[in-house]
Amino acid sequence: MNEAPKLNSFRAGPDEDGRFGIFGGRFVAETLMPLILDLQAEWDKAKNDPAFKAELDNLGAHYIGRPSPLYFAERLTEELGGAKIYFKREELNHTGSHKINNCIGQILLAKRMGKTRIIAETGAGQHGVASATVAARFGLPCVVYMGATDVERQAPNVFRMKLLGAEVKPVTAGNGTLKDAMNEALRDWVTNVDNTYYLIGTAAGPHPYPEMVRDFQAVIGQEAKAQMLEAEGRLPDLVIAAVGGGSNAIGIFHSFLDDEGVKIVGVEAGGKGLDGDEHCASITAGSPGVLHGNRTYLLQDGDGQIKEGHSISAGLDYPGIGPEHSWLNDVGRVEYVPIMDHEALEAFQMLTRLEGIIPALEPSHALAEVIKRAPTMGKDEIILMNLSGRGDKDIFTVGKILGMGL
Amino acid sequence: MTARMDRKFADVASEGRPVLVTYFMGGDPDFETSVSIMKALPKAGADVIELGMPFSDPMADGPAIQLAGQRSLKAGQTLAKTIEIARRFREEDQRTPIVLMGYYNPIYIYGVDRFLTDALDAGIDGLIVVDLPPEMDDELCIPALEKGINFIRLATPTTDDRRLPKVLENTSGFVYYVSMNGITGSALPDPSLIAGAVERIKTHTKLPVCVGFGVKTAEHARAIGASADGVVVGTAIVNQIASSLTEEGKATDATVPGVEALVRGLSAGVRSARLAAAE
Ligand SMILES: Cc1ncc(COP(=O)(O)O)c(C=O)c1O
Repeated sequence: MNEAPKLNSFRAGPDEDGRFGIFGGRFVAETLMPLILDLQAEWDKAKNDPAFKAELDNLGAHYIGRPSPLYFAERLTEELGGAKIYFKREELNHTGSHKINNCIGQILLAKRMGKTRIIAETGAGQHGVASATVAARFGLPCVVYMGATDVERQAPNVFRMKLLGAEVKPVTAGNGTLKDAMNEALRDWVTNVDNTYYLIGTAAGPHPYPEMVRDFQAVIGQEAKAQMLEAEGRLPDLVIAAVGGGSNAIGIFHSFLDDEGVKIVGVEAGGKGLDGDEHCASITAGSPGVLHGNRTYLLQDGDGQIKEGHSISAGLDYPGIGPEHSWLNDVGRVEYVPIMDHEALEAFQMLTRLEGIIPALEPSHALAEVIKRAPTMGKDEIILMNLSGRGDKDIFTVGKILGMGL
Repeated sequence: MTARMDRKFADVASEGRPVLVTYFMGGDPDFETSVSIMKALPKAGADVIELGMPFSDPMADGPAIQLAGQRSLKAGQTLAKTIEIARRFREEDQRTPIVLMGYYNPIYIYGVDRFLTDALDAGIDGLIVVDLPPEMDDELCIPALEKGINFIRLATPTTDDRRLPKVLENTSGFVYYVSMNGITGSALPDPSLIAGAVERIKTHTKLPVCVGFGVKTAEHARAIGASADGVVVGTAIVNQIASSLTEEGKATDATVPGVEALVRGLSAGVRSARLAAAE
């Protein structure tokens, strides 16, 4: 690997225009420009405000349940016969995934800004549930846009959101998945500029969202690093996470970016294979373009029309990726690889049986990559994987594919 | 090229009426019909034509224009073909300014330099690119101005006096005032509020100010045109086209005449606008 000079940190981005190299930026309609500038001003104040940090830490500890444990997966390690495998257990957070870390942070900002209505987009429903949860906790009405296809395949989460008092609006435009939900949320925001806060669920969108969401999720890597030093007295050799928009991945990666000995791998949804159109591997099989407020790797045709992706996992079913990942790929710091639907499904079953943990289908992609790599590594080497969510929401999807009636 | 736009606004102003700007989606419902629609527009009274470039993810558009874009893409429309529509139109009309309107990604993928060269060559006068605010001027706005193509910026109700100079800085041709916070196809707000906003913008610029979003009828055109230098009609035209199509979305004998009739009515609206103001 090219050794970057020490001074040239991989953690310095974005610049003041929200750029990570050529990626990122603020590609939004004029109506929204004053809003994202306001948000940036508030975020710049909040991130240096000890009271804000104290409130975040307090809710992290008592509402989310932080720190999440670092768990040595003994039986999986034994079975694979190679590197020691550790999980950062974000699936044990309140609401069952890492998404809540970001939601708590952003709703505190929304409160500071005096906003009285929350909107969000969701794919798997985990971000929708987390948004509905914090909206309930802070007493704000919440509208969640969700692709009609996803409403169907993530029914338990739809019900959860409704119980929490959110209004779930199915989006039928396009293929009815995450990108269409995001378009619709942007249309809502442009219409309701005075009172509405758009709570974006991943490290993508116009500046300052990619930076802000990363910073709220970076707690994952900060904790994991300290926990790993405590458990093993050293850093891991390999850090792995699944990448949809990229929030859980950048959350665990960020603390390790300047640690030269740590190899970092992001796992994209390879769907049914990269040959056709049925995948969501934006970096491995896409090209740079502009969508949803930022320049980043996208799945698109030769005319710049965005393609609909496919993944068994609704949370990875997005034809783009956060801009910081695009940059980390291009500078060679992080390697991005695809995992196919069937590999994720096998990993899902393996973890369930060996460790008694039902993972979400999203981190099952990361797990499948762990299963490939661990046996090729020495027993003295260490893998750290972000177990970003639990699989309760996916049991119906998996049951259907495995031909097991529920 | 900028000259064609300036001349048109000056000519129309000397007639003592506002400019009628008409939007339609290039390639809706198919390439050839689109060429016919475009050629029919000035004959029915349109002064400036906004030619929509379809995009898979039109984040600032309501259902009508979303569907028009889908029909167009399904019929095989591309950015190259949209530029070709303009070229075909220019073969017989050298006076009507053409403004391409859409989103940035297809242009970015086409290549900014190549796009500007081809657009200029086809006789295109201006660009409206919804997702390129002034903060992103280096991408397309500055290169376009250097080549002599107008970059027409949207000003919105959220563009306050502090921000307005930044929005107007590199704007040329005209200023497009978006009548409300929202997407295309929404209901028109109170014309008196719009008149106030137009006045506010005019204290910052000498450019003509056109108002769009929500203008659907001749009556709207008349009311808005009483204060604005121009009115932009889009969704109404797109809806008219949609209503003329077969169930499979194919053009019929009613498609082009339907647009002509609608635009003739709108044109009568703008022609009586200043009478309305004087009343
Ligand atoms: C459990 C889980 N992991 C990962 C993701 C993918 O999102 P991101 O890449 O932002 O972490 C999702 C999205 O819904 C999710 O629910």
